[in-house]
Amino acid sequence: MPDIALGHYLIVGATLFTLGIFGIFLNRKNVLLILMSLELMLLAVNINMVAFSAYWHNLTGQVFTMFILTVAAAETAIGLAIVVVLFRNSGTIAVEDIHQMKG
Amino acid sequence: MHSIMFYVFAIIAIFGSIIVITARNPVHSVLFLVLVFCNVAGLFLLLGAEFLAMILVIVYAGAVAVLFLFVIMMLNINIVPFREGFLSYLPIGGLIGMILFAELVMVAAGWVFAPNMPAGNLLATTTHGIPNTEALGQVLYTRYIYQFQTAGIALLVAMIGAILLTLRSRSGVRRQSVARQLVRTKANSLELKKVPTRGGV
Repeated sequence: MPDIALGHYLIVGATLFTLGIFGIFLNRKNVLLILMSLELMLLAVNINMVAFSAYWHNLTGQVFTMFILTVAAAETAIGLAIVVVLFRNSGTIAVEDIHQMKG
Repeated sequence: MHSIMFYVFAIIAIFGSIIVITARNPVHSVLFLVLVFCNVAGLFLLLGAEFLAMILVIVYAGAVAVLFLFVIMMLNINIVPFREGFLSYLPIGGLIGMILFAELVMVAAGWVFAPNMPAGNLLATTTHGIPNTEALGQVLYTRYIYQFQTAGIALLVAMIGAILLTLRSRSGVRRQSVARQLVRTKANSLELKKVPTRGGV
């Protein structure tokens, strides 16, 4: 019935991943938008994993998608906590103002 | 029907993510991120991964996006200064994005399966006639039990870390201290005085 091949899903994943990279470049000043772009990139990886998993009748891809979701949720929680602490200490979350460690 | 749904979900997801990275207001970005997650959950449904689709909606649209919204509204940041470098970063970002996208499309369009692999089929939604959730549970708690436990430990560490990072003890706040209550004794907190008659204390 469908003419949706594996390649279509891979193209969608590639597009979302590229948009995530592009979002990091566009929003270089806003930590929150950088975190959201990271979420988009992880989502693109998940699309690839699930597409291959469904294509090969192999559940390993879906299991690892679940682990990626776990790690992404943990990363978001830690990242947002760091943003909150940063805002509380320095009053700003602009990326170019974060230079206490001379990075 | 399958292909129509695929194109609807894919196009809405891609345009939603474009709005996520270009929106002026971070709150709009978060809301469009929820839209992207819901549409990708639709793609997962088309692929037969129902459990992951529901997990995506619950965990991402329900928890992570709301966490983002809370932080954005709590920080009350000024939107305007963040847009200053927007146009100056556009050329280099666009260049790198285009290169990466071209490479990814070349990889996605140009790879071939190994000749000894059996042919796959996108249509199969179940494995060996059992539902997706059941099949996932059968391998998740047996074959991938150590990875599962490790993921749980990662979540625990993330929870402790987030609490530890944002916890602060402010001075001037009266707070119940159970330990101090328990070490109080009658001897060091109560004093009996003999009040002389007509003298007062």
